[in-house]
Amino acid sequence: MHEGPDLAFRKGLSEGRIVLPKCDACRRFHFFPRVVCPHCYGTLFTWREASGKGEIHTTTVVRRSTNQGGDYNVCIVELEEGVRMMSRVEGVPPPDVEIAMPVIAYAGEIDGTPAVLCRPEGS
Amino acid sequence: MENRLRGKSAIVGTGHAGFGEAPGLTAYDIMAQAGLAALADAELKLSDVDGLFCTMMEDSMPALMAAEYLGIRPRFVEGTMTGGSSFVNYVAAATMALEARLCDVALIVYGSNQRSGSGKLVTASRPPPYEQVYQPRYPISAYALAAARHMHEFGTTRQQLADVAVAARAWAQHNPEAFARGDLTREDVLASRMVSDPLTVCDCCLVTDGGGALVMVRSERARDFPKPPVYVLGCGAESTHRQISQMPDFTVTAARESGARAFAAAGVSPSDIDVVELYDAFTINTILFLEDLGFCKKGEGGAFAEGGRIAPGGDLPVNTNGGGLSCVHPGMYGIFTVIEAARQIRGDAPGLQIANVDLALAHGNGGTLSSQITAILGSENTL
Repeated sequence: MHEGPDLAFRKGLSEGRIVLPKCDACRRFHFFPRVVCPHCYGTLFTWREASGKGEIHTTTVVRRSTNQGGDYNVCIVELEEGVRMMSRVEGVPPPDVEIAMPVIAYAGEIDGTPAVLCRPEGS
Repeated sequence: MENRLRGKSAIVGTGHAGFGEAPGLTAYDIMAQAGLAALADAELKLSDVDGLFCTMMEDSMPALMAAEYLGIRPRFVEGTMTGGSSFVNYVAAATMALEARLCDVALIVYGSNQRSGSGKLVTASRPPPYEQVYQPRYPISAYALAAARHMHEFGTTRQQLADVAVAARAWAQHNPEAFARGDLTREDVLASRMVSDPLTVCDCCLVTDGGGALVMVRSERARDFPKPPVYVLGCGAESTHRQISQMPDFTVTAARESGARAFAAAGVSPSDIDVVELYDAFTINTILFLEDLGFCKKGEGGAFAEGGRIAPGGDLPVNTNGGGLSCVHPGMYGIFTVIEAARQIRGDAPGLQIANVDLALAHGNGGTLSSQITAILGSENTL
């Protein structure tokens, strides 16, 4: 079976790696993975594993009752490769997540589904 | 750039139905009641309609469902779904279709029983594939992410966001059609339940039932109808993304481009506008759109909205019906920006009527700050 860009990303995540497509023409990364580069419209890509280094671009606390699991963080993380994506910061109370906070992004899961999660750098 | 479509079409009828709560009615019932009201306003019949512009929250082919329900066989149908901005887009599309003689009587129509029907947002679409796993609360978390970034970059405060809600309520208190008319103070907003930081339940639009409709014709016959014609002077649009995580700049919307295009097409500037009707799904929207449409500088929207400056008696009349925050918000609000703008120009606004309105701006937002569409409407004096 041909492995399309969406499948390739999700497979990487399920194997514990954040992999990103880098355009062979303009050498820029993009996210989400697709068959055409949104920067230069090139169609050839090389997959690279993200370093994980990033910072919080913006953040919110989604309020939820304690008996349903309590509040949780939802953020937009900007990786050093230059791409942004939705994520969650784990390991700190949700209100302590701040914009511009340095984080390490890693492949984790939420309720059994592979997901990009973050932890504060140095933790 | 000269706009060949400037003033070529006109709104000759507006209608609404089911505001607030309309238990026992389907979304299509409310849609049809709104359509009939707009046609009655123009003294036209359903059999006169040959162009239908419609989308709904239900079904994969809502425009066809609406035509079937109404018992009409339109020769031009437009149902592009750009979220709540769709109905401002239809003002532009109807202008083109009328001018191209693809139809003679355009009916733009929408209805929803969102409040009575399910109590939550009705949606037929799949969730955003690269976001759903993180469980943002849609759509509020998307707007919360934009608000948080705006606060970070420009020092916008929760008090300023609250003042947007307070201003909307103050307008609504004069509007007998508005759903939420109780007193609301800045302190009330700040003390209300937080849903997705920094937005509280009072920073969010209402969840109501309701429908709205517009009847448009070519300007050459616009004076043949009972109400004063409201001319379409210029429209502009731009879309930047669908998923909030793909928004290019969380503090700048495509209203910057849609507004510039609409102003250029109409040949007017922000300082000429008498009333401003913005899609205020959340308090941050009003601030973003005032900035991006050019009513104030980027980053100054919070201060611009502060302390009653956009409330009745303030510097600029914004959302004079009470907006989505306090008047009505049945899933998608876009059509009501156009209806209120048109009624202000006609002089029959349901709430506070601003004196001598010649130019009004209606701005639609769709998705999660994704699709921005601006229309500038004018009275006979502006042709």
